[in-house]
Amino acid sequence: MSYEIINLIDISKTFDDTPVLENINLNIRRNEFLTLLGPSGCGKTTTLRIIGGFEEPTRGKVLFEGEDITHLPPYKRKLNTVFQKYALFPHMDVFDNIAFGLKIRKMDKELVEEKVKNMLNLVNMRGFENRSVESLSGGQQQRVAIARALVNEPDVLLLDEPLGALDLKLRKGMQIELKNIQQKLGITFVYVTHDQEEALTMSDTIVVMNDGIIQQIGSPIDIYNEPKNAFVADFIGESNIVDGAMIEDYLVDFAGHRFKCLDRGFAPNEEVDVVVRPEDIKLVSRGQGMLEGRVVSVIFKGVHYEMMVESNGVRWIVHSTLMEPEDTVVGINILPDDIHIMKKMRVK
Amino acid sequence: MKKSMIAYPYLVWMIIFILVPLLLIVFYGFTKTTDQGIVFTLDHFKRFFEPIYIMVLLRSLYLALICTVICLLLGYPLSLILASKEYRHKRVLVLLVVIPMWMNFLLRTYAWLTLLEKNGVINTFISFFGLPKMELLYNQGAVVLGMVYNFLPFMVLPIYSVLIKIDKSIIEAAEDLGADSKTIFGKIILPLSLPGIVSGITMVYMPAVTTFVISRLLGGGQFTLIGNLIEQQFVYTGEWGFGSALSIVMMILILFSMAIMSRYEKEREGGGLF
Repeated sequence: MSYEIINLIDISKTFDDTPVLENINLNIRRNEFLTLLGPSGCGKTTTLRIIGGFEEPTRGKVLFEGEDITHLPPYKRKLNTVFQKYALFPHMDVFDNIAFGLKIRKMDKELVEEKVKNMLNLVNMRGFENRSVESLSGGQQQRVAIARALVNEPDVLLLDEPLGALDLKLRKGMQIELKNIQQKLGITFVYVTHDQEEALTMSDTIVVMNDGIIQQIGSPIDIYNEPKNAFVADFIGESNIVDGAMIEDYLVDFAGHRFKCLDRGFAPNEEVDVVVRPEDIKLVSRGQGMLEGRVVSVIFKGVHYEMMVESNGVRWIVHSTLMEPEDTVVGINILPDDIHIMKKMRVK
Repeated sequence: MKKSMIAYPYLVWMIIFILVPLLLIVFYGFTKTTDQGIVFTLDHFKRFFEPIYIMVLLRSLYLALICTVICLLLGYPLSLILASKEYRHKRVLVLLVVIPMWMNFLLRTYAWLTLLEKNGVINTFISFFGLPKMELLYNQGAVVLGMVYNFLPFMVLPIYSVLIKIDKSIIEAAEDLGADSKTIFGKIILPLSLPGIVSGITMVYMPAVTTFVISRLLGGGQFTLIGNLIEQQFVYTGEWGFGSALSIVMMILILFSMAIMSRYEKEREGGGLF
């Protein structure tokens, strides 16, 4: 058995001459929780639908365990999908919904009953067999949809923003539950979401997409700490992105000051994007910082305060548990470790 | 002004044009004029049970049934095609189904006369090839044809409106779970379109049972249906009592079948026209 279960090779897709995906190359490993993350319209759902067989790519190949399945219809693929709006069968009860796939495969009746029961236990829906799906809440319908897909014991489960319609608290709970289910069953999850926090919480691998192009593939920690470009930095968590120039190795000029940094290998005076996370900016007393700025606004965010500090025409978003009142003049310090230098993205 | 006051004009309308005529029919159906004046009687209903009239009723029910079955067999596939991915956005096709209904009902039926006549369009065309002329008019086939032609849209529209509302992702989900197109139709599309089928059957069967224009024009008066019978009592023989009794029997029959239909329909909330 190979280490990789699905390979997307040079996938491109156009809808009515509009390119949606461009040269997607992606290897999905066995048993990993992989998340396709990006803003709406970035092509993440199309990618998932190509894996599921609901769309055919304009160019490129889909391999499943090394076999070309590009033109195989969905019902012949060994994977199952949890749809965005659940897509439960409204004319069937919970039991018949979950048993649908098994009955098609003409499985023994007692075995079907046992498997459905086990699935209902797994998703915490014991005793809901004979309820009509329309009488269930959103969260319960979601569980049934997950059970209906998982009962077929697919090698890969595709999930298209499955928690999008749930409220925040329920979503958080389901995130943990889904992750648990994935680890317990040891199957591959391919998960689509636009919620970066959800992606960071659950994934082994995150694939950040924008405009039909993969921006970065990596572990949540890599993606958060070492974003490859300003788009990823901005999309994963909040970021301050300012124009800068590399004076020489380990020295960068931005916001009217020269900062030490850890990056090298740029041409002298090359223009770059400088990314600084809001929580990495330290506010100190006036006169003690590298930069001097004035607090423009303060918003209480629960755990921290979000402050806007203006300095030399640059507005910095600063997250801190300590509040500086509006109109205070403060010093700003940024440590070399917290400065992320990125090559300028080619403007589209 | 209370909101309920807005309903008064409608209430008055309903009393004058629905309730009063109904009461009149009941009155005529249960009374007759004798030397002693107007007296209560069940004679009209007794007369209905004479074999000749029972035959008329059975023929009406039978022809309407055939018409409904044909409409369903033609209309369901047509609705499927109209609601399919390829034609979903081509509203013109649905319009083509509806447009004939904009024309006068009588006109449409007369049009079939010119088509089916002994020297009509079809027979002229056939004799052009040296084939013998056919008797296309004044038989059961012509009556059923006229009914199917006139009532087919009432079968297509409710089924179409239900089919078009079926969520695409439900069909994808079935596909995802291993169902091929035959299974998807049998287990998903057909059961989900049942409310539309029930509405369609109701909307075709009811007018088909009671029609009298189609059977008179295309049946040439040889195929008396219950509708013709009622018409005769009021227009030609002047036996309002018997005509009213027949109407009451029809109404009871229709109410009865509506009740059965609506019981099926209640099992699932859905589209349909009722």
